[in-house]
Amino acid sequence: MRPSPRAISLTVLSLAIVLITTWLIWIAWDATASDPMTTLAPLSDNADAVQGLYNFVTILAGIVMVGVLTLTLAFAVIFRERAGHEPQQIHGNSRLEVLWTLIPVAIVIAIALPSFSVIIDTTGDAPDDALEVVATGNQWWFEFEYPGLDVTTANELHLPVDRAVNVELRSEDVIHSFWVPQLSGKVDMVPGHENRLWFTPHETGMFLGQCAEFCGTSHANMRFRVFVHAPEDFDAWVASQAADAEPAQGDLALAGEKIATTLCAACHTIRGTNAVGQIGPDLTHIASRTTLASGMFENNSENMAAWLANPPGEKPGSIMPNLNLNAEQIEQLVAYLQDLK
Amino acid sequence: MEATEAAHGEHHTSLGVDNRMLLMWIFLASECLFFGSLISTYLIYKGESLVRPLPDDVFDIPLTSLSTFVLLVSSFTMVLAVYAAHHNFPKMMKLSLLSTILLGLVFLGFQVYEFRLFGSEGLNLSTNQFGASFFVLTGFHGVHVGVGVLYLGSMLIGSMRRNGLGPSGGLYMEIAGLYWHFVDIVWIVIFTVIYLIP
Amino acid sequence: MATATGTLPQVQEETTIWTWLTTVDHKKIGTMYGISGFAFFLLAGLEALIIRTQLAVPNGAVVDADRYNQLFTMHALTMIFLGIMPLGAAFFNYFLPLMIGARDVAFPRLNALSYWVFLGGALLLTSSFIFGGAPDGGWFAYAPLSDEEFSPGAGLDFYAIGLLILGTSSLMASLNFAVTVFNMRAPGMSMMRLPVFIWMMLVVNFLLILSLPVITVALVQLVFDRNFTTNFFTPAEGGDPILWQHLFWVFAHPEVYVLILPSMGIVSEVLPVFSRKPLFGYAAIVFAGVAIGVLGFAVWSHHMFTTGLGTVPQIVFTASTMAIAVPTGIKIFNWMGTLYGGSIHFNTAMYFAVSFIALFTIGGISGVMHASPPVDSQQQDTYFIVAHIHYVLFGGAIVGIFSGLYYWFPKMTGRFLDERLGKIHFWLMFIGMNITFFPMHFLGLSGMPRRIYTYDADLGWETWNMVATIGSYMLALSIIVFLVNFFWTMRKEPTATDNPWDAPTLEWATSSPPPEHDFDVIPEVRDRDPLWYDRDHGIEKVEPPSEMHIHLPPPSYFPLLIGLGVLLLGVGVLSHLALTALGVVIVIYSIWGWALEPTE
Repeated sequence: MRPSPRAISLTVLSLAIVLITTWLIWIAWDATASDPMTTLAPLSDNADAVQGLYNFVTILAGIVMVGVLTLTLAFAVIFRERAGHEPQQIHGNSRLEVLWTLIPVAIVIAIALPSFSVIIDTTGDAPDDALEVVATGNQWWFEFEYPGLDVTTANELHLPVDRAVNVELRSEDVIHSFWVPQLSGKVDMVPGHENRLWFTPHETGMFLGQCAEFCGTSHANMRFRVFVHAPEDFDAWVASQAADAEPAQGDLALAGEKIATTLCAACHTIRGTNAVGQIGPDLTHIASRTTLASGMFENNSENMAAWLANPPGEKPGSIMPNLNLNAEQIEQLVAYLQDLK
Repeated sequence: MEATEAAHGEHHTSLGVDNRMLLMWIFLASECLFFGSLISTYLIYKGESLVRPLPDDVFDIPLTSLSTFVLLVSSFTMVLAVYAAHHNFPKMMKLSLLSTILLGLVFLGFQVYEFRLFGSEGLNLSTNQFGASFFVLTGFHGVHVGVGVLYLGSMLIGSMRRNGLGPSGGLYMEIAGLYWHFVDIVWIVIFTVIYLIP
Repeated sequence: MATATGTLPQVQEETTIWTWLTTVDHKKIGTMYGISGFAFFLLAGLEALIIRTQLAVPNGAVVDADRYNQLFTMHALTMIFLGIMPLGAAFFNYFLPLMIGARDVAFPRLNALSYWVFLGGALLLTSSFIFGGAPDGGWFAYAPLSDEEFSPGAGLDFYAIGLLILGTSSLMASLNFAVTVFNMRAPGMSMMRLPVFIWMMLVVNFLLILSLPVITVALVQLVFDRNFTTNFFTPAEGGDPILWQHLFWVFAHPEVYVLILPSMGIVSEVLPVFSRKPLFGYAAIVFAGVAIGVLGFAVWSHHMFTTGLGTVPQIVFTASTMAIAVPTGIKIFNWMGTLYGGSIHFNTAMYFAVSFIALFTIGGISGVMHASPPVDSQQQDTYFIVAHIHYVLFGGAIVGIFSGLYYWFPKMTGRFLDERLGKIHFWLMFIGMNITFFPMHFLGLSGMPRRIYTYDADLGWETWNMVATIGSYMLALSIIVFLVNFFWTMRKEPTATDNPWDAPTLEWATSSPPPEHDFDVIPEVRDRDPLWYDRDHGIEKVEPPSEMHIHLPPPSYFPLLIGLGVLLLGVGVLSHLALTALGVVIVIYSIWGWALEPTE
């Protein structure tokens, strides 16, 4: 049966409509590659490997979508009821049905095989010389420890460029997920399980991460940042972080230190003082961090004062309670903490 | 064309199996998955207990073998009840049914005794993963035996009525028997997997 | 009462509240399922609107974090368990006996019981908003967040008890329906002549029968953890939260097919009728549906690719998941084959059915994308997944349900929904749905996680969130148009003949709406498309004998009473155990009364 000129032109028209739509989708799709948390601009080898597969899968998906949508649209317009046109009473066609069983089979095999190889590559062991980091999820912040380097920090992970990092993922409470879209796909932090994730960042810069497993009230506010440095910058950062906290200078800060080492010490550690609490983030070098409350606010005196005045008001569900500090105490604390570079 | 359907007895069905019988079969398929999930939980947590007592500390195999035997015998009496119902031996049916119920109750008694014994040895729901998964699994099995006892009890009361279980008595008894045998078989699996396999 | 005499002007008794409360008629029960399901669908839609309003702009302040978490949890629970499932059950209740040529389901009272237990569970779950806070742990309620330590409120107890009750209802309904399909078919209605809708629902019933017990066990363990000191999911005591995930998804993945298969069935009925040709590849569509059901039990871990499954499980579950694309593809191609060469009459039902193919395909394709774990590691828990599930569940399930509604409305009410309003409804919904959900793909690609109540500006998420919110209001508008259409139509005189669409299946062989006893004479089936066969072979409808005594089961109030008892049982667990005891007494009393109640 030869298709009629009408059928051909309607099919071409359908194809054109679907292609234009797909092209518009593609523009919007591609535009997301320049967003700060994009999944489409990989800057580590691990993310690269995923991306290659991702692109391939996307192209295949696009072709299938164009094909199915075009034919559906074309059939719908070509075969709409017209005077004098009788429907063909066909129940099926074995040859066609076998053919379109084989099409999806071929497509999924084409996707599955490279998937297997990327799975094997990315879930394998990290290289021996990888930097070891322990990342721990808490409601609702991240702790990063560098075993052997004597560094513990929170919500900001610093890494050297072009060196593999092997992140051990733990959780203290509920399930969280570690995700920095530009550096790596996500892996969950499951209490009682030892999950791992490794990647090699190959560009310096700051990358945004966020918890990607629903973990309670402030799940939306559980963000973190990854800083990738040149090797010498990374070493300098490690040296400064490994040092104890600087002693307070000036009356205001001294008064703040006193509060910090008594009131705050139950939950926070400030190395070099008697504050050794383990519940909240390590504050030894809090002033060196760019954000407060797990990526919620820029780290400055004003925001810190607001935070100290009422943590649950700033961050819903915050485990840190409102300590009912007065304005003077807050001023003193801020003076002290903002000196902890 | 038959405009009036048969008023009594078993209705015509497409598969030729009575609706209620088919319902019970499919329901038991569902029950397989229910106990399968409970047994899986037990097996997954095997060896994951952080504190004693462990199975070796509390299990009394001879005792549980005895209660298993009791349940097995109850399956046998159930077979007799079904046979009697089919062949219209009302006395034998009631007697077998009563024996099945009593044996079921004895099994439950064993279970209560065992639970209390384990409790006195320090095993309860919160002790460890063994305690939690053991009690929930065997507890739910016990509930099934209990429901079975009530089920058979209502059949017994029904058969005491003047006209007995009616023309479908054999069928009703067979359906009840299906349930009872299923509960027994599940126990055999539990006994093997949990008590016997080290 | 129990005997309808003749087809003479229907001796319809006056319908009172009591008739509905004690009915065992599958059509009335189906109607009640439909109305309740639609009411909950509206409620869930309202929840979605609040969610979209909150997310319209960065740092939205419509609701606070805790309320937001309740809303997205309840949106999912309500849509899945109280909206889409009952709407599917409504059609199945109404049309299962009609489509296989039976006078009712196998167990009419059990059918009524399923409905009342469903309603009790639904009200219980929804009432959590009033009593102490709705569940806020996601519909998946992952441990240990759902444990008492991290969710001390009553919300998760409402969740567990509510789902246990709803599961009981679904199990009873599924057993009943499965037996009906197997055993109540009219003469000549072999399994391979069953309408595809019936086949798909049979698969749904088996999915539920085999997966509900698994979630039951998980929920029981959760209840024990929260209330009776066990530590099934407490890591510190040797419990494993991943076990919950396995048990949950062994149920919840088949559940996804429970939601979509009914609509696949509906579309398979509507497409041939309005293409005026038989369904293309009936056997292939049936077997593909069965294959989807079977494979549905082998893929659950693809929801857990990011939990650190390990290399080999990832590969295995990738393979099984991708395998599902094959039967799904077969279905899509066969639907297109049905359109091919047809003489397509485009009314609203057909608009919805054809758009189902397109929208479901988009959802299916994005599903294949994250069947690949490396891709999933970037898409999991982002808005890309939100887009995917809504293309499948809105573009698939809901659109299919609306297709069925426009198609079967004349059969159910004797009235045609207005075509002009229907097309306005369709276009608003079709465009609104794409404007709402397509941008979510882009949000996911640019890294927006799911289940966040707020987000910062400057992440590139503002535009598409605003667009999605506008789309959601368009969807709301489309629903309003539908409601107007519904109420307006119901005021019109019934004009529908027995078979206004010239459809091939048996439900169109009786009057519109059908008499209480469904068929005056049980039809005889000679072909897969019985009414077309009779039409083409000049076989006249058998005239009913002048005098008929059709036996119908009498009404019963025991189902309602047991439903009440079950509800009390649940309420008691949440409040005072005395209520539970009362519930048990009522249930036992009613079962006893039920067993002795004459059914002849």
